[in-house]
Amino acid sequence: MGQGSNPIDPKASVAEEQYGLILLSLGIMILVVIVVFVLYFYAIVRYRRKPGDDSIPKQVEGSHKLEIIWTVIPLILLLILAIPSVAITFSQDEDYTEDPEVIQVKAIGHQFWWEFEYSDLEIYTAQDLVLPVNQRVQFELTATDVKHSFWIPGMGGKMDTNPGNINLLYLDTPAEPEVLLGKCAEFCGASHALMDFKVRVVSEEEYDAWVANMQAPTAAVDADVQSGEELFKQNCMSCHAIESGFPGLGPNLKGFADRELVGSYLEMTDENIFKWIKNPQEVKGGSTMPAIPLEDDQFHDIVKYLKTLTLE
Amino acid sequence: MAHSVKKYRGLMDWITTVDHKKIGILYFAAGGLFFVIGGIEALLIRLQLMFPLGADGESWLLSGQTYNEIMTMHGTTMIFLAAMPLIFGLMNAVVPLQIGARDVAFPFLNSLGFWTFFFGGVLLNISWFTGTVPDIGWTAYAPLSGTEFSGTGSDYYAIGLQIAGIGTLVGGINFLVTIINMRAPGMTFMRMPLFTWTSFITSGIILFAFPALAVGLIYISFDRLFDANFFVTATGGNSVLWEHIFWIFGHPEVYILILPAFGAISEVLPTFARKRLFGYSSMVFATALIGFLSFMVWAHHMFTTGMGDIANALFGVATMLIAIPTGIKVFNWLFTIWGGKIRFTTAMLYATSFIPTFVMGGVTGVMLAIPPADFQFHDSYFVVAHFHYVIVGGIVLSLLAAVFYWWPKMFGRMLNETLGKWSFWLFFSGFHLTFFIQHFLGLWGMPRRVFTYLPNQGWDTANFVSTIGAFFMAAGVIVILINVIISIKGPKAPADPWDGRTLEWSIPSPSPEYNFKQLPLVRGLDAFWLEKMDGKKEMTPAEPLGPIHMPSPSILPFFMSLGLFIAGFGFMYRGYEFDSALINSLFGNDIIAILGLAITFVCMFLRSVYDDHGYHIEVEELQKEG
Repeated sequence: MGQGSNPIDPKASVAEEQYGLILLSLGIMILVVIVVFVLYFYAIVRYRRKPGDDSIPKQVEGSHKLEIIWTVIPLILLLILAIPSVAITFSQDEDYTEDPEVIQVKAIGHQFWWEFEYSDLEIYTAQDLVLPVNQRVQFELTATDVKHSFWIPGMGGKMDTNPGNINLLYLDTPAEPEVLLGKCAEFCGASHALMDFKVRVVSEEEYDAWVANMQAPTAAVDADVQSGEELFKQNCMSCHAIESGFPGLGPNLKGFADRELVGSYLEMTDENIFKWIKNPQEVKGGSTMPAIPLEDDQFHDIVKYLKTLTLE
Repeated sequence: MAHSVKKYRGLMDWITTVDHKKIGILYFAAGGLFFVIGGIEALLIRLQLMFPLGADGESWLLSGQTYNEIMTMHGTTMIFLAAMPLIFGLMNAVVPLQIGARDVAFPFLNSLGFWTFFFGGVLLNISWFTGTVPDIGWTAYAPLSGTEFSGTGSDYYAIGLQIAGIGTLVGGINFLVTIINMRAPGMTFMRMPLFTWTSFITSGIILFAFPALAVGLIYISFDRLFDANFFVTATGGNSVLWEHIFWIFGHPEVYILILPAFGAISEVLPTFARKRLFGYSSMVFATALIGFLSFMVWAHHMFTTGMGDIANALFGVATMLIAIPTGIKVFNWLFTIWGGKIRFTTAMLYATSFIPTFVMGGVTGVMLAIPPADFQFHDSYFVVAHFHYVIVGGIVLSLLAAVFYWWPKMFGRMLNETLGKWSFWLFFSGFHLTFFIQHFLGLWGMPRRVFTYLPNQGWDTANFVSTIGAFFMAAGVIVILINVIISIKGPKAPADPWDGRTLEWSIPSPSPEYNFKQLPLVRGLDAFWLEKMDGKKEMTPAEPLGPIHMPSPSILPFFMSLGLFIAGFGFMYRGYEFDSALINSLFGNDIIAILGLAITFVCMFLRSVYDDHGYHIEVEELQKEG
């Protein structure tokens, strides 16, 4: 069984409706398969040529009655399938961009990470999408480089992020707090397989606290990490912002140390951060993050600094 | 009146031949070679996915980049360089014989079609040796296929397929004309064998679908080589445009491949059930309807592109409709064997196993046609399972049935039945072992085209099992290859080894170069069967014995294609920085490209000004041969 997040373990309404259609179609299709298999196995067992039997069977031209039967019955089955399919196709294409009750998030695909912009809150973040429980979320999807596809299997189906235009997709969040896996589903280059993200569905209070923390300025760091901060400012800041109000060429790092993963797939440990920033191409081939010519202890200083980027 | 004609031997014979039977064999040889290459790529894919990503984040076999190259080349090779030529090989080997013709309408063009396909395929695979392999998926979605995000590999893709595509297009036109004009006396449209019918419809689809691909590839090439701006979003191009162009070719392409496969099944089942095809006219109607609908559903590959509810709903329902004619076909096949006297030769094993396997691929197709459900399925392993059930379970199983069925007619030797059955059971069980479980991988959320996956997502065992299955399939293919090799010394094939029903079985195996000494008179469907039922041993001739006009062999198609091949390299490397100044100036000033095109145009000029009326095989010669 798939764990964490998958289409047949729906956690919220959009995924549930889609799962319902999957089950309905699967049921009808299993019926069709059974009919075909029964006829098929009966025929290949019953009508084997016996050794020595050289007779010629009756040459049947066809049957109008049968042709009509196997045209009309499938047509009826398809009708049963088509009606809810079309209905849900339309209902799931609703546009909630103007709805004040709905959280507006812009999800932007990059090679190979996800940027999330909370349009009404002026928060930019990356990789960990934080959402409150029981909430409808309107996503505006786009990409900056190549095509990606935004997919949270547990919450609902995917939608492509096309550079140059905006796609709309709404999803509902689960009723209980949990962490779901999100993925890039459109082939996008060397590290397409590693372009996962996390969806942290939290209680409403926790969400409000998260928003407040994200909007609060980052505190000054202790003296022992100041060298790391300095190195970060010199080498990393041109792409990575550490305040949530700014987009960047690379992921916004506000609250970085609270994230679930490093480089979207490695466990959040000091060694993994070190490995990633020291040699980005080795950890994530095709990544746009450049390797910076620094000494190992300088990298360690940066790691130390990055670990201070928490929200509490 | 007889010209003296230069007859070539050995390699020159194969390079210059315009005989549809030899061209069919060339297609089989080249298609078979590419099938093996594509198969090795498939094994590497499955090996890589056998285990999840290591705890240290290390991939155990392939890097993401290498995997993407292999995955891209697997798809591209299997569709364009294996399935297409094998289908064309079959059409070449069978269609003229089935309609009682001495050759195709344009033998020269037939040869040109083969050589352009071949050189296109070789060009694409040379990328392995230059180290710049296409890595953009067989769909080559923009902007990934643009210069900003991919290297020379994408040029290999665009230009290789462009050259190979010419071959397919001229081949399709050739068969359209052949089937319309070259049928024997009495062979009306509604007496044509189903394989000929499906080849006819397929050729019609090719005529309309391949130009779309050609145009799309030209757009990509112009974007890449001449800084055009079709798909570059940064400067106002539209990447979704490529998706539409690709799929308006790409979806009909699926039917281009599957229809002749349906046709082959419709020949093998009646022969070995000894019963005429059930519902012939509805089979023809269903084929035509599928051909028509194939152009109405391309956007179901793009439900998640963001086309909106109206387009999604329309294309979804249109796609579901294809299930109706396909269902008609399936039930007519079932009722063909129903009440028959089935003999399970290897060909029949492949053909009968096709029915349930293809149905399993078909029903998941209907499931994928539901747009909201497709939002979950799309780009997941569910799709991978679906199209492998259709392409391997549908096209490859029926191609293998066709190979075992028509092999005696093509080569004059029988394939070994025991080895044939071994190959069947290995391939068939391996196939289901590999792909059935991939439906579940998709439902468990595994995306396709991933070079690795994290452990503990519940996918490890299923991927392991799938890889084991792939090795069974490989074993099956190896047994087939052994069978082919030993058949060189195998028993000679009689003219009619299977108690066949159609015209090709009324002439010797292998058939003489002129096919029919006298064109046959066709009195109905299953023309040869009708004669046999009337107690005759051969067809009634429709003409007196006379000299037979034959086309001359020609080396020009080979050189025309070679010219395009050279020009292709010229274009691909026109902006490349070579170490040598001389080579730089040759490519940079388009001298290589112009030289290649000049070769092609000179050959075309020669073909136009030099009248070659062919030659005749005289009556005495025909009588001498018996």
